Amino acid sequence: MNERLSQLLNTNWVDFTINALRIVIIVLVVYGASNTILSGQFTIEQYIALFIAGLAQGSIYALIALGYTLVYGILLMINFAHGEVFMAGAFTTMFLARWLDSIGFLNAQPIISVIIMIIFSGFISMVVAVLLERIAYRPLRGSPRLVPLITAIGASFFLQYTFAGLYGSGNFAYPNIDAFSGTVAIGSLQIPQAQLIVFFSALVLMGLLYWLVERTKLGKAMRAVSEDKEVAKLMGIDVDFIILFTFAVGGALAGAAGVVNGIFRPQGVKFTMGFIPGIKAFTAAVLGGIGNVPGAMLGGLFLGVIESLGPNLVLSGLGIPSANQLKDVIAFTMLVLVLIFRPQGILGERLTEKKA
Amino acid sequence: MEYEFEAPKIKWSEIIQHGLVSGVVLLFVGMVGMLATFHEREIVRDTFTLGQLVMVFIPFVASFLITRKVMSTTKQAVPAIVSGIVVAILTALPSLILLGLTNLLPDINDILVNVNRDWIETVTFDNRSEQMKGASIFLGIIVGSGSLGALLYFVPAKFRKALIYAASFTLLIGVFGETVNLVLNQLLPDDAIDAMFRRDTLLLMPAIYIFVLSLVGSLIWVFFGQKVQEQTKRKPNQGRSPFYYIGMALFAALLLTLPWILGRTLSDVAVTVGLFVLMGFGLNIAIGLAGLLDLGYVTNYAVGAYILAVLTSTGLLGIGPDWLNFWMVLPIALLAAMFAGFIFAVPVLKMRGDYLAIATLGFGEIIGKLALSDWLKPVIGGAQGVLRIPKPVLFGYEFTTPESLYYIVLGACLLTLFVSIRLNNSRTGRQWMAIREDEDVAAAMGINVARAKLLAFTLSAATGGLAGAIFAAKVGTVFPNSFTVFISINVLSLIIVGGMGSNPGIVLGAIALVGMPELLREFTEYRWLLYGALLIFMMVNRPEGLWPSSVLQREIRSDDEEPDISNEQVVVT
Repeated sequence: MNERLSQLLNTNWVDFTINALRIVIIVLVVYGASNTILSGQFTIEQYIALFIAGLAQGSIYALIALGYTLVYGILLMINFAHGEVFMAGAFTTMFLARWLDSIGFLNAQPIISVIIMIIFSGFISMVVAVLLERIAYRPLRGSPRLVPLITAIGASFFLQYTFAGLYGSGNFAYPNIDAFSGTVAIGSLQIPQAQLIVFFSALVLMGLLYWLVERTKLGKAMRAVSEDKEVAKLMGIDVDFIILFTFAVGGALAGAAGVVNGIFRPQGVKFTMGFIPGIKAFTAAVLGGIGNVPGAMLGGLFLGVIESLGPNLVLSGLGIPSANQLKDVIAFTMLVLVLIFRPQGILGERLTEKKA
Repeated sequence: MEYEFEAPKIKWSEIIQHGLVSGVVLLFVGMVGMLATFHEREIVRDTFTLGQLVMVFIPFVASFLITRKVMSTTKQAVPAIVSGIVVAILTALPSLILLGLTNLLPDINDILVNVNRDWIETVTFDNRSEQMKGASIFLGIIVGSGSLGALLYFVPAKFRKALIYAASFTLLIGVFGETVNLVLNQLLPDDAIDAMFRRDTLLLMPAIYIFVLSLVGSLIWVFFGQKVQEQTKRKPNQGRSPFYYIGMALFAALLLTLPWILGRTLSDVAVTVGLFVLMGFGLNIAIGLAGLLDLGYVTNYAVGAYILAVLTSTGLLGIGPDWLNFWMVLPIALLAAMFAGFIFAVPVLKMRGDYLAIATLGFGEIIGKLALSDWLKPVIGGAQGVLRIPKPVLFGYEFTTPESLYYIVLGACLLTLFVSIRLNNSRTGRQWMAIREDEDVAAAMGINVARAKLLAFTLSAATGGLAGAIFAAKVGTVFPNSFTVFISINVLSLIIVGGMGSNPGIVLGAIALVGMPELLREFTEYRWLLYGALLIFMMVNRPEGLWPSSVLQREIRSDDEEPDISNEQVVVT
């Protein structure tokens, strides 16, 4: 009996520690949140405003996360350089936006210019993503899984410093769009218009993607390839093309996210801007269940909200000063916690079959 | 010639593609500003610069490669040379088009910041005012270099090898003129140096002498050296030859006297390289031996540095008592790093491969952000960091100079090397290898996977902590900005480039990836660009690294018929 007990303890102490960690985290979160709520530091309107800001930010993460999820679904590979694909579009389109601004088109026709910018940015990011696949990833298909990951890390740095070399390493601001700078009043709430536009344009793009994956022949082929490459090939699907196409679609969405990000956060673009949103979007993808398209959308929105509410609600409740500095810490902690506790994500069950 | 009627056709589309790729590469290095920056470094005084070397090198290699390819399929010399020249012309083309565009769109510089006067100056070989002349010189030199590359293929292999050795040697001396000067200053009288260098740049005549001498030397080596090498080669059941011991003794003597040979400035570089070697050895335990891709290695480095800083600092944040010195805190820092490594390792024990990598990357980012935050500011100083960390003192001798710090780093490196080699040859090492190959099978064989993984993580963390503590003492101040994800990536890159699991490879990788950017300030700017490119290149073409460990080499090359590692490849990389 004693032997058995010690054996049990011996084999399961890792699980035990992880469970203890889980309990500690839940206690901390509940304690912090209840402290803040009880102290009445924020009004309910403020919470809702934070929530909506989180949704807007989260929709950007969701757009980037879709690229991770699509690629992972097909190749079981983390395209670590996807954040840089996002940066490439956002950075390049900044020049287009400035030019549109300088000829006055941007403020005369804000909606049309945003659509033009999204298409342009999507195109740039698509080109970068496709080149990435052709040059860096395709030769490595079928090699051990760490090899493409290391390549992707290399590609990430290569792209960052390529764009630093091409456009300069400074910080460049997107022009302000006057039409989007107002607020919309809903009841007693004042919601910035930019947030709503970001949110709805992201929703439209996600809807388009959903239609592409679920309703078109190409989408069917994508799903087939992600299910089984060999069988898909036997069914007459050009697997290489579908993989390239997947990278292109993911890239285009990331480029669109770049424009949306530029409108939402006019503080500027820089060659390093893609790295942290990239990791966060990966978090979102894992959160929703990687390889799962609706999951990535949901995960992105969820992460945005947590990141927006978390510091104010939980951390300030724990008595941590200037909690908003720790926004990124919340996101990364979220990443680690998801990977530890629920690697299959909220919606995903497929991962357990394929063995992460 | 009996096969002539079915001689394979030359694939022109392939040649054109090849040429355009190398053209885009040349355009790219120009557009990111590399050419113009490298143009500022003269290799041979008043003769040619590093930028020009890069410009010439690209078509040279491209033409050589295509000639080899065409020859291997068609076996006809003339079309092969022609295709080499075609490739060279195509290499020049994109840059020429951009040069033309700069006239049509003078504002292009507002967006592409590096398509500027310096770039035009570089590609037109300093004929910016007469662009047609400059462009034709550019085209002529590129095509000329391409033709030389094509012709190089027809030089007998042994001569070609000797030529490549001699040229690389001469160019290295030219490129690292400043460094060579610093070393020679310690060894030679001033007159001798003045005869060779002027203001740290190699002069033309000495360059030619060096080239001729090294050519003779490499010819001797190529024709006779290999025989000597074969004769002294160790037979399987023979003991080690006396040459081995003589070599090792010389190497040890070199290691011990290095600071005197290098002088102060270079010793400082050697200390930095040594710290990265140390971290490389440490991370290698996790990545190379146990196969755990840890991207949060900077965490351990930061823990070691901050513990040492906080405990020994004489500034406001120092909390240690006065009698606590570097040597007493060093083990504490080490233990703290081990503890941190342990804490971070437990939750990720069940993760594998890429998830593990991302989770550890997350840890690294969390630590970085926490170090910067106001929350921990009272303890570790936020963005201002911890100041006034005293230098190590041993028996009244203060380790202030880089020369003396070198010995601390050397000692730490040797200690880590010893531990990792002994562990790798032990039962634990075999367990790690089993886990690296297949975790499930390892567990089924009765290996306690959790324990072995934890050991790998903790030991690798201990080394990181050691490096961090030495770093803190060396610099004297600790800022959060020193502990970014770049450190982790840097260490990872040097392991990958050197060869996973290979200790000499790590030293080589550290010298190449850490030492070179320190010595050539032109490289510092493009360091990360080149690292990224190098990581991709290594993974696609040489995943086992420059100096692979014997085990890994066996694994990767086992299905190849012959280990085809030609010398051209080594020189190019």
